Amino acid sequence: MMNKNSFELYVHIPFCKQKCYYCDFLSAPADAEQIAAYREALLGEIRYMSAQIRQAENGQTGTVQSVFIGGGTPSYIPEADIAAILAEIRRQFTVEPDAEISMECNPGTLTQKKAVCYRKAGINRISLGLQSTDNACLARIGRIHTWETFLESYAICREVGFDNINIDLMSALPGQTLAEYLDGLRWAADLKPEHISAYSLIVEPGTALETMLANGQAAPLPTEETEREMYEQTGAVLRQQGYHRYEISNYCRPGKECRHNCGYWKRTPYLGFGLGASSFWKETRWQNESVLQAYLAEAGNRDIRRNPERLSEKDRMAEFMFLGLRMTAGVSAGEFLAQFGVPMEQIYGSVIRKYRDCGLLAEDGDRLCLTEAGINVSNYIFSDFLLE
Amino acid sequence: MAKTEQNRIRNFCIIAHIDHGKSTLADRIIEKTGLLTSREMQAQVLDNMELERERGITIKSQAVRTVYRAKDGKEYIFNLIDTPGHVDFNYEVSRSLAACDGAILVVDAAQGIEAQTLANVYLALDHDLEVLPVINKIDLPSAEPERVKHEIEDVIGLDTENAPLISAKNGINIEDVLEQVVKQLPPPEGDPEAPLQALIFDSVYDSYKGVIVFFRIKEGTVRPGMTIRMMATGAVANVVEVGYFGAGQLIPCEELSAGMVGYLTASIKNVKDTRVGDTVTEDRRPCAAPLPGYRKVNSMVYCGMYPADGSKYGDLRDALEKLQLNDASLNFEPETSAALGFGFRCGFLGLLHLEIIQERLEREYNLDLVTTAPSVIYKVHKTDGTVIDLTNPSNLPDPSEIAFMEEPMVAAEIMVTTEFIGPIMELCQQRRGVYKGMDYIEGTRAMLRYDLPLNEIIYDFFDALKSRSRGYASFDYDMKGYVESKLVKLDILINKEEVDALSFIIHADNAYERGRKMCVKLKEEIPRQLFEVPIQAAIGNKVIARETVKAMRKDVLAKCYGGDITRKKKLLEKQKEGKKRMRQIGSVEIPQKAFMSVLKLDDE
Repeated sequence: MMNKNSFELYVHIPFCKQKCYYCDFLSAPADAEQIAAYREALLGEIRYMSAQIRQAENGQTGTVQSVFIGGGTPSYIPEADIAAILAEIRRQFTVEPDAEISMECNPGTLTQKKAVCYRKAGINRISLGLQSTDNACLARIGRIHTWETFLESYAICREVGFDNINIDLMSALPGQTLAEYLDGLRWAADLKPEHISAYSLIVEPGTALETMLANGQAAPLPTEETEREMYEQTGAVLRQQGYHRYEISNYCRPGKECRHNCGYWKRTPYLGFGLGASSFWKETRWQNESVLQAYLAEAGNRDIRRNPERLSEKDRMAEFMFLGLRMTAGVSAGEFLAQFGVPMEQIYGSVIRKYRDCGLLAEDGDRLCLTEAGINVSNYIFSDFLLE
Repeated sequence: MAKTEQNRIRNFCIIAHIDHGKSTLADRIIEKTGLLTSREMQAQVLDNMELERERGITIKSQAVRTVYRAKDGKEYIFNLIDTPGHVDFNYEVSRSLAACDGAILVVDAAQGIEAQTLANVYLALDHDLEVLPVINKIDLPSAEPERVKHEIEDVIGLDTENAPLISAKNGINIEDVLEQVVKQLPPPEGDPEAPLQALIFDSVYDSYKGVIVFFRIKEGTVRPGMTIRMMATGAVANVVEVGYFGAGQLIPCEELSAGMVGYLTASIKNVKDTRVGDTVTEDRRPCAAPLPGYRKVNSMVYCGMYPADGSKYGDLRDALEKLQLNDASLNFEPETSAALGFGFRCGFLGLLHLEIIQERLEREYNLDLVTTAPSVIYKVHKTDGTVIDLTNPSNLPDPSEIAFMEEPMVAAEIMVTTEFIGPIMELCQQRRGVYKGMDYIEGTRAMLRYDLPLNEIIYDFFDALKSRSRGYASFDYDMKGYVESKLVKLDILINKEEVDALSFIIHADNAYERGRKMCVKLKEEIPRQLFEVPIQAAIGNKVIARETVKAMRKDVLAKCYGGDITRKKKLLEKQKEGKKRMRQIGSVEIPQKAFMSVLKLDDE
């Protein structure tokens, strides 16, 4: 599975029927003309990057272990476009036969016809953005669908044969109570999806929700105590339902971990295609052009990589730690030594001891991981792993 | 010829209660004497330190030489020495006065005599200065110049018949002041041919010229090339340059002789060689005896000053040495704190002085400081009969070794309009004051006399006084000696660990209230920690107040969409940057500003 020459692909579709109030990702409503133009630019970019990389690597580009089509709302654009993108990827890269190919869908944009098309195009994992099971709550955060529409979409996915489905849920939404949230969690789990992502809402600066909260137009956020309670009880509720936590915010049935996401934490190389997409390749991180007009004009014709950052040895060590520790399996001291030629203890001994002694980190032989208490304050801990 | 020149010199200062218009009058004098054109005049030319301009008060003595053509057709040299007005700076006033022969007393035509007016006049009379009263702000609607004149005659006993009635702000009758300076204030005396005898009243450090010494020549003459000796320190140096003070600049000249005020440079590198108050003489032909120095200045308020960045310890020491050169009332010695590392225990004249030094260190020397709670000097009488002067609460001996403790008292004079006598007396009672008497001045105003413990007035007494009298009360004090007192050491424990930098000495009756306020304040200032952290105030083993800093809220990264690791890393970097401004006390991270916040606990 963990092939040395494997890498991942991410494809960004920056369009939505309507932007959710809390969203600060690159996404916006668009007309058919714009969507078509974007598809062409994206296909051009895939060809351009493939050629660049083949040239740089003397034809040895390695194989694609996973593809993730995210957004925005990928299911908002014509299904033929999705098929065309995947076909182009297969033409330009060697996709492993058992590769995980995920796509995000929003309830209310999915139809039977679309779902069949996705299956045919090779998509084998669907991620459904439910966020909340409470219709009033969904309306408060600007979602276009209801619990009932979600149920229809979920049923469609199952009917056409998808056997790997993720449901996204959010806690700490405006006006949400602990009981409502936990009920929703159980309802979602009762559907027996293979994977559940449970994130806590973070009000990002510049979002509509931020303004609404400031003006009193949005229902108040749950108190800090409630928020913490929601987060902590998520694990317990899902465990009862047969899900295990494998990452800070991700739960799944055995063997159904999202390979694509784990790749991020394990520092597997990936190429991102599309507006503002991020890439990590040969220890360099960059983001694509994030202005739509510029992207449309340039993608496929010239380099649209922006802000390339070549990671230093220290950056790499820090990432190894703070990304690896997001997974409940944690990081391996042996792997650290193998990658950097220096013991983890020598670089991070004092930080590890500090947090181990107060029960936020735990050591198990070769492995180091966050405890449950540590997960709750993981940012605070991670920041201590950055090196000067 | 030298004699006539001496007759045409006037060395004087301006003394006043704060805000009565001293600096404004100085500006007008400089303007009217024509040394500067109006275009060159910045407001308040004398206050050239950035800090002074912002606070609107004068901190350092400054001197300026101007030339005045009087109505008798002759040109007179005015050496105007500026003095600070705040009670903290009596010492600096005193050393400025020693360089003068006369003083202009500015009194506000509406407010009349205030506590500092009196204090400054008495200082001037102590130095045998001729005092010329001037009534300022006569153009205010509330001005009552005649009443104020009577007050000056009654209370101080100065003749006010010829006192100029002026408005410094609007330039009214400034000529009158200049003429009176010529007529009323005496010229200096002294023999230019006698052995050199000059009093150092200030000095500054210049990175090109070395130490610049400001002095007043009593006898003799000084010129470049002369070998001089500092009588107290014994340091010998060769004079490179002498000169006088233009407005904001040094103007070299050929020589300076008896009666003159000026500066010299002599490539003096060591700031310790030129002590303010020392006498400069000629090495080859010394004068018989040094001039009487100044009343030795005693620091009254102490606190620990620590560099926020431990590696800046050496920079802090250098900066303190340079400031001390120019501010003899500052003293310091190294100390260490478990919480704050290496730093200095510094002594100040008062809290304002402390704040100004702190700001100067931060602005002029670019240092980031953490200071501990100010303390006065307590006398600790031990059971073995020895007495120690305690300037750092952490050094208090074990209670079993203490027989009793004493604290310093001040004799305070508070001038207040009669309607506010009640609230002010109440304030003094709260601050453990002992009533000593009251005198009425002009029927509507009274001078209250209280003995007050110094540690009750160093924090916020002045602010409290102003707020209870709608700004009308004025205040001055003198040290009065020590009295026995029921004092205890209040410790602050954070997560059960004593933080030495937060300990202080307090009267037992006030300990509970202060401990409670400190805990509340610290709780506000200390961000949430990984765990619940108790903050306790304790006397010995007894906890008298407690607050709790709650455990940190959930702190988890949001969904890591599309692998944008760079953005997440930036968030972590920002968080790490925030941690740098913290002090690690055990497993608790305390922001630097928490140490400062407890210095000012508002009266709620």
